[in-house]
Amino acid sequence: MPEVRANSLEEAQEAVRTYPRLRPKGGGSKPALSTPKDGETLLDLSGLRGILEYAPEEFVFTAYAGTPLKEIEETLRAHGQYLPFHPPLVEQGATLGGTVAAGLSGPMRERFGGLRDFILGVRFVDGEGRVVRGGGKVVKNAAGFPFHRLMVGSLGAFGVMVELSFKVFPSPRATQTLRLTYGSLAEALAAMERLRVLPLDLLALDLIPPATLEIRLGGFPESLGKRLKRLQEILQKEGEVLAEDETHWEGVRNLRFLEEAPIWVKVPSTPAWVPKLENLLLGPRRYLAGGELLYAGMEAKGLASLRQAGIPHLVLKGAEDALFPHPPEAFFRKLKLALDPRSRFPLEKRGGVGEL
Amino acid sequence: MGFLEELRALFPPGRLLTKEAELAPYESDALTAYRKRPLAVVLPERKEEVVEAVRLCRRYGVPFLARGSGTSLSGGSLPVEGGLVIALNRMNRILRLDPKARIAVVEPGVVNLEVSRQAAPFGLYYAPDPSSQPISTIGGNVAFNSGGAHCLKYGMTAGHVLALEVVTPEGEVVRLGGEGLESVGPDLHGFFVGTEGLLGVALEITLRLLPKPEAYHTLLAAYRSLEAAGNAVSQVIRSGLLPGAMEIMDRLSIEAAEAAVKAGYPRVEALLIVELEGPKEEVEEEAKLLAQVIKESGALEVRVAQSEAERQAIWKGRKAAFSAVGRLSPDYIVQDGVVPRSRLGEALKEIGRLSQEYGLRVANVFHAGDGNLHPLVLYDGKKPGELERAEELAGEILKLCVRLGGSLTGEHGIGVEKKGYMPEMFAPEDLLAMERVKEALDPQGLANRGKVLPGHGQGPHLGEVYA
Ligand SMILES: Cc1cc2nc3c(=O)[nH]c(=O)nc-3n(C[C@H](O)[C@H](O)[C@H](O)COP(=O)(O)OP(=O)(O)OC[C@H]3O[C@@H](n4cnc5c(N)ncnc54)[C@H](O)[C@@H]3O)c2cc1C
Ligand SMILES: Cc1cc2nc3c(=O)[nH]c(=O)nc-3n(C[C@H](O)[C@H](O)[C@H](O)COP(=O)(O)OP(=O)(O)OC[C@H]3O[C@@H](n4cnc5c(N)ncnc54)[C@H](O)[C@@H]3O)c2cc1C
Repeated sequence: MPEVRANSLEEAQEAVRTYPRLRPKGGGSKPALSTPKDGETLLDLSGLRGILEYAPEEFVFTAYAGTPLKEIEETLRAHGQYLPFHPPLVEQGATLGGTVAAGLSGPMRERFGGLRDFILGVRFVDGEGRVVRGGGKVVKNAAGFPFHRLMVGSLGAFGVMVELSFKVFPSPRATQTLRLTYGSLAEALAAMERLRVLPLDLLALDLIPPATLEIRLGGFPESLGKRLKRLQEILQKEGEVLAEDETHWEGVRNLRFLEEAPIWVKVPSTPAWVPKLENLLLGPRRYLAGGELLYAGMEAKGLASLRQAGIPHLVLKGAEDALFPHPPEAFFRKLKLALDPRSRFPLEKRGGVGEL
Repeated sequence: MGFLEELRALFPPGRLLTKEAELAPYESDALTAYRKRPLAVVLPERKEEVVEAVRLCRRYGVPFLARGSGTSLSGGSLPVEGGLVIALNRMNRILRLDPKARIAVVEPGVVNLEVSRQAAPFGLYYAPDPSSQPISTIGGNVAFNSGGAHCLKYGMTAGHVLALEVVTPEGEVVRLGGEGLESVGPDLHGFFVGTEGLLGVALEITLRLLPKPEAYHTLLAAYRSLEAAGNAVSQVIRSGLLPGAMEIMDRLSIEAAEAAVKAGYPRVEALLIVELEGPKEEVEEEAKLLAQVIKESGALEVRVAQSEAERQAIWKGRKAAFSAVGRLSPDYIVQDGVVPRSRLGEALKEIGRLSQEYGLRVANVFHAGDGNLHPLVLYDGKKPGELERAEELAGEILKLCVRLGGSLTGEHGIGVEKKGYMPEMFAPEDLLAMERVKEALDPQGLANRGKVLPGHGQGPHLGEVYA
């Protein structure tokens, strides 16, 4: 398979100008998205790595797109900060660019929001090899077209991301998790729906079918006990307080629960959809963020059932057609023409499905 | 039939304005120094009427502008000479409020505060809170990616918009986004937010609602200098706290606020308001830490609101500051550049120096938590040359913000007012990419012509404009 590496902005521009069809790859943790198709050249960006600017007091950093998230999180941790959107697959080598392109957040997105809420700016190489910047490096900014937000979930369709700027927050001082198991899905769902509208500032609120809730709290160690107790009172249920809090959630956000499954899928969900989703042929799975985000493992028949039900999803691993449905043509096509007129980058429409 | 005749066929007399006296209120927005006479104003009541109006404009090549409440401070809702104004205030229905799903689906003319009001019985609210929230519309907020006092913690409008129905300048209706917090594929609805109406008109907007915080802890601290107040903000951040809001006012704005609403503020050089919010047990702990940080910051006086009434009293002066400063001077220009928080002190010092140099008073009241300045440049439009001097001073402040690594605007948008400064912040290639996007979606350049992009509407030789 033809492959080219870009270790600098200039090399990325050169690659774009040279090869008619390119597929960027960060670390390859989402192979359904980063494996080149016929006629495509793989653009390996893993050499374009490193943190460029980080001022802890500003709550902002800028890094090369190929920087492994692990490296970024280690640096943030040394200053008591974290990525509040809690990206998945960090241990497997996910990069900042790959995570933006795939548009992925993890369990702690429940507290402050997902990737789209924290991205501040981008520098990317468009389909003509031009370097374009959107957004900025400050936490608040409304100047110009927000190309950085366009990159979220773009699967690299508009260009090769080179630099990204993000907002970060101080880490919770302490965390605790309560696990509650109910008699039925309906009961667990009802409890989850109840919690969703209360001002409890939960760090995570996960539903694990058939009927378990995992609720994570973060804050001052002095207050956590009281908040946990209140939670138990609201739900009128003791539950179990997890002993290994951090290790447990690291496993969850790295999607360890999917490991046995051949196909990995992200499904934007809502609590109202859960019963419908539970009727499909899905494998190991977990609804994150109060039922707003499902990561599910499955076999081919499970994917077929999702597609048949017309439920939007993104395949991370194990299948060819990654994105369903294709983005709304009237708007998407024009943007694509403006930024990638020669279709060098992924995401062309074939039969209603986003062919990657 | 001509353009106006066709409009008449679509809109009954009371909802199509063409007479001079009827058009006058639509000639400008809150940046009153700029005025332009539109050809006509239509007042649609349903989205189909907006779509028809846009399609008509396309067929006749007539430029158009969507308008909410006209509170733009950057000339964003300034009409195009001879163009059509599509005024959306009558499309002010909340179509669906689903507390379980934590969403509200609204028409673009719904006033920001109305969403929170309707959500309140369910313990929910709509987080973005521009000071103009009692009048500005969700459509205008979406176009400008409006902010408010809580952006550091809660983000701007873009994060709170989950889906949009948009009519493109070519008259196609598209749905972007979905009903949940997550989506797959490019974040097209996120991209639309902040494009200032250049890429189409938002017809229907799905908003995310949040549970209303349970407890607040609001503190007012007085300082002997702006710098000391700025340093206190840095100390709060360094302590690991994440307040919902941190606001600073300088002496001039304190005095103006006192004169206007008698908030009972101490008369000092600078005031800092810090508000914590969250579950009561958590806020209690945070408040202890905050008290210690503020004590160490050298505050002259500290007041903590002991009741909701006292909390409102602390906010009253801050919220009235803009209009209050208006009393100090016949005219003023508001800027809203952003600087990295750690450079606030430097920026304010330089603004003070510029104020002296230009011989114009500048009042400062700003969102300190996110480095979003709001210098109000006071001038008297009746004195010859003073407007020009004020504009020049305001421009110097913008350049200063960019130089310090910040942005031209944190929330008020580029509009017409700041488009000349876009090349200070963006390279020619960046601006050309924006132009290309505009051209692809709006080949005739009809939607909000002449806004945001410095080269826009200047003929086919874009390359030369940016050379
Ligand atoms: C089993 C396994 C073990 C591994 N072990 C290690 C290890 O020990 N150490 C190590 O360093 N790595 C390791 N890796 C590699 C590691 O997984 C990859 O670094 C990681 O997968 C990166 O993935 P990603 O998240 O960057 O997204 P990718 O899967 O690379 O890409 C996701 C999507 O984003 C797009 N994209 C990516 N970057 C950009 C960009 N800059 N601009 C535009 N589009 C972009 C892609 O085209 C694709 O659509 C391992 C991988 C596997 C599968
Ligand atoms: C006293 C005062 C205080 C303010 N405080 C703040 C503040 O704290 N934070 C802040 O962010 N702003 C603030 N503003 C600025 C202003 O209120 C906001 O920009 C607001 O979002 C504008 O809303 P509007 O309904 O008045 O829009 P308008 O002024 O009517 O329009 C603004 C822009 O939006 C476009 N537009 C309107 N509706 C649509 C639509 N449906 N589809 C597409 N485009 C559309 C218009 O074409 C125009 O470009 C303040 C203004 C005033 C006067």
